[in-house]
Amino acid sequence: MSPHIVLRVGAKVLIPVILLFALYIQFHGEYSPGGGFQAGIIFAAALVLYTLIFGLDAVQRAVPPVAVHLLSAVGALLYIGVGVWAMFAGGNFLEYKVLAADPHLGETMGIILIELGVGITVGAVVISLFYSFAGRTREQEN
Amino acid sequence: MIDHLPALQVVLPLLAAPLLLFMVRWPTLAWAFTTAVAWATFFVAALLLEQVWGGAVISYAHGGWEPPFGIEYRVDTVNAFVLLIIAGISAIVMPFARDSVEQEVDSNRIAWFYSAFLLANAGLLGIAITGDAFNIFVFFEISAIASYALIAMGRDRRALLSSFNYLIMGTIGTTFLLIGIGFMYMMTGTLNLADLAERLPEVRDTTTIRAAFAFIAVGVSLKLALFPLHLWLPNAYTYAPSMVTVFLSATATKVAIYVLLRFFYSVFGAEFSFGELPMDHVLMPLALLGILLPSIVAIFQDDVKRMLAYSSVAQVGYIILGISFATTLGLTASMLHLFNHAITKAALFMALGAIVYQIGGTQLTRMAGIARDMPWTMAAFVIGGLSLIGVPLTAGFITKWYLLLAALDSGYWPIAVFLLATSLLAVIYIWRVVEVAYFRERPADAPVVSEAPLALLLPTWTLALASILFGIYTALPVGAASRAATILMGGY
Repeated sequence: MSPHIVLRVGAKVLIPVILLFALYIQFHGEYSPGGGFQAGIIFAAALVLYTLIFGLDAVQRAVPPVAVHLLSAVGALLYIGVGVWAMFAGGNFLEYKVLAADPHLGETMGIILIELGVGITVGAVVISLFYSFAGRTREQEN
Repeated sequence: MIDHLPALQVVLPLLAAPLLLFMVRWPTLAWAFTTAVAWATFFVAALLLEQVWGGAVISYAHGGWEPPFGIEYRVDTVNAFVLLIIAGISAIVMPFARDSVEQEVDSNRIAWFYSAFLLANAGLLGIAITGDAFNIFVFFEISAIASYALIAMGRDRRALLSSFNYLIMGTIGTTFLLIGIGFMYMMTGTLNLADLAERLPEVRDTTTIRAAFAFIAVGVSLKLALFPLHLWLPNAYTYAPSMVTVFLSATATKVAIYVLLRFFYSVFGAEFSFGELPMDHVLMPLALLGILLPSIVAIFQDDVKRMLAYSSVAQVGYIILGISFATTLGLTASMLHLFNHAITKAALFMALGAIVYQIGGTQLTRMAGIARDMPWTMAAFVIGGLSLIGVPLTAGFITKWYLLLAALDSGYWPIAVFLLATSLLAVIYIWRVVEVAYFRERPADAPVVSEAPLALLLPTWTLALASILFGIYTALPVGAASRAATILMGGY
């Protein structure tokens, strides 16, 4: 455990806010600047901060590398899945307006789901990139 | 679903790639799944070619946004033919991949490997099918990044360095392409290829468009390994896992050549590229040097895989030579060689893959007398070699024949002589392998080897026989190539 109490308390205060801000950016993306990509990065940044203060083991207990790998696939699948769903619903690939009876609702739903997919994949990929860099020195020591 | 074929062509492998990450623990399942997807993709490509064979054009608007505003997939005979080549090779390489990849890649990485393979496949198919200039750039990056990962998974540590080399060169190439596309967008306000073709003539005589043309020509030439921009290719092909070499050598450079054709003929128009700008006089010397020098370098290689990689650079030279005539006949020869070289080179690299599987390397010294122990593998290699040289009754001969016709038709008879002379260089480098494999004694201390397993031999022989079949029965490749050439000459 790190002896720097200021850092520890500071991080504990900041991390929930960062996570919340990521979600805000995520779900406000279609009205204002932002969206899945930025949200994913911010979300990952919170975990990076946590790792810097509390160590790689602590963060990997909460978010294991396998889960991160699978999440990066889940996000991409969500994105493509929405596209294929639109195809089955009678539209072209990624034509969101056929997803619901009301075209406007369908389009909103489509873009939110797709942005969520982008957010999950980007966040997961950034975390797994960070894991592979952060875990490298330890691999070499062993 | 038939209306959605253009989307499915790319969506199938793209959807399957993330699914593979759920199969990390079951490598055989990952292989079986990838094989099924590759064959389904091939089936889609065949259906698409059938639909556009008569000259029809399929346009698919993504997300329901009508072109030129949205992203359009646009299939005509030209890119349907290229799609068939990519999807066909990736379908045939999959049965081969199982044993070969199991031996060359760590078992906990196999699912990741196939995932990258499908992404590369989706990227290449996407480049070929899309009718949107920016989309071409995006798919170039998808396929390239996946290819870097695939090459880096080679067992030799030099694989990492060659992958990094390819990354630098490939990134410069696609960046140039992007700059070119940006310039065109600045001048016309559109990214749709057909729309660009319509709007470019108004602004064509500006420095911006000429700069765009130059950036695109150089960027794509880097990707297609046009001499002297080919330096990334030999190492990348040599140190990549066998299956990756088969796949990339048959598809990656071919797709880049397709993009070059698309921009030169369809977007800028033959009249601009070869009339106002002297692309024929730029491409022809590069093509001739690109045939001659890499062929000579190939003769002096001690690693057969590396030798064939240099031969690939020379074969790109033949294709570019056909383009540089700027005639329908020359284009037919080039389109034909895309197909013929893909099957020939894939057969050769598969035979080498079988040799790597059995003896662990392809250095000439290790291959002494190998034909006695692996007669079927080496026989397939010889057939592929004959097709590479251009012996009658092989696919390679058909290409050389059309190239000769095109050269004579344009009045370049010295080039006709040059073509015959450089075929002799191919005879020399193929013969070196044949001489070592058939007529040398197996060294006394060499490990005992047996014939490669059937799973490796069958795909190798399928392609070896295909390179004979398409040397005799030419209706499919020549028909598709001449139709494609006519469409390209006619503009969009």
